Amino acid sequence: MIRPALAILRKDLRLELRTRESVPAMALFSVTVFVLFHFGVHRDTLEGALASGVLWVTLLLATVLGVNRLFAAEREGGALDGILLAPIDRTAIYLAKAAGLFLYLVLLELVAVPAFALLLLGPGIGGAFPELVAILLLADLGLAGVGALVSGLAAETRARDVVVPLLLLPLLVPVLIAAARATEPFLTGHPGPHQLAKWLGFMGVYDTVFLLLAVAVFDYLLED
Amino acid sequence: MTSHAIALEGLERRYGDRPALRGVTAHVGEGQTLVLFGANGAGKTTLLRVLATLLRPHGGRVSVLGASLPGESWKVRGRVGYLGHEPLVYPDLTARENLLFHARLHGVAAARVDELLRAVDLERRAGDPVRELSRGMVQRLAAARAVLHDPPVLLLDEPRAGLDPVAAEELEPLIGRASGRTRVLVTHDVERGLREADVVLGLRAGAAELAGGRAAADEVRRLYS
Repeated sequence: MIRPALAILRKDLRLELRTRESVPAMALFSVTVFVLFHFGVHRDTLEGALASGVLWVTLLLATVLGVNRLFAAEREGGALDGILLAPIDRTAIYLAKAAGLFLYLVLLELVAVPAFALLLLGPGIGGAFPELVAILLLADLGLAGVGALVSGLAAETRARDVVVPLLLLPLLVPVLIAAARATEPFLTGHPGPHQLAKWLGFMGVYDTVFLLLAVAVFDYLLED
Repeated sequence: MTSHAIALEGLERRYGDRPALRGVTAHVGEGQTLVLFGANGAGKTTLLRVLATLLRPHGGRVSVLGASLPGESWKVRGRVGYLGHEPLVYPDLTARENLLFHARLHGVAAARVDELLRAVDLERRAGDPVRELSRGMVQRLAAARAVLHDPPVLLLDEPRAGLDPVAAEELEPLIGRASGRTRVLVTHDVERGLREADVVLGLRAGAAELAGGRAAADEVRRLYS
């Protein structure tokens, strides 16, 4: 399963490097939303729960863009059939797509988080760097795991642009809550006692459950 | 059923409530060619996609290389080559990258990719994105993809579409009768199809109207009226 998954992932990364259709769009979308918030809320800076909410809702919506495009290359020229004809475990397709989306999210955050700090955030976040990285990576795992599952489900539907956000966003509400709550204390300037371990644990359980669920059902999603 | 390379017994397939294949029966021996005739929408492509394991049969019995579909689809994947209306390649990858990708999925050595690029006369354009190739070149690439893993069964949906006569002849050793593979061939070229056929199957609205060994050109033409 690993060999075909790596082949598909390598192909996806090569296509993204060549076409630059997903990550730049996700990053540009995020920066644009931060600029809109900058003007829309009539405040130069945000902090605490509001800052955390703005950051995570923006990242979630940017994820929708990536999920919508995750199977875009497969739809052109019937390439998905080419993969389905190969003697491989179809879970490899899911693993490759989830890993690809995870990498896209990491790249997105390398742009979006500094842009957020620059455009909207009052207090600095440098002191909480390791904790923020842990929160981002665990949240990304959940976003990628569920995103690849939903993308596979919607891959062959005509109304995928509508189906993806309608299915994806409700499923991602637990990640949004946990990530936003975990991040909030680090965006206040004077972080007091908080429950980082609790929220990280929650995201760990969420990620594990959805990854296992996706591995179990993905093969059936691609049946006609 | 296992004595034939391909065996269909009362195959049924629907799209929603609309029947696409109704009780189709046919048998193809190893190395033989079944030629499928029928007007647009008669169910030819659906039948090929069922045999390729891309669509599930809804009734009847289907066997490919001794494996029963859909239960043993995993045994069939990798043993059939499918050349359909779409090339099943990535337009933004080069011809070589596309074949290498499929070679990795099928566990085929990279040397086979170079061999096939030569065979379909795409060596000089191997580094160009597929998007920049002509339709005929893409069809040649698709043929190379279909036989990359040297499948014993070939499913061909109008394989010569978009090819000039020279290119069509060049593909003969790969996908023609000379390849020695068991083939299911969809064509609207009645004379050529009849020359290639060991078994003829004529479909009308999903039902087999013409089935068996040889058929006369007039009988086949009536399918289109």
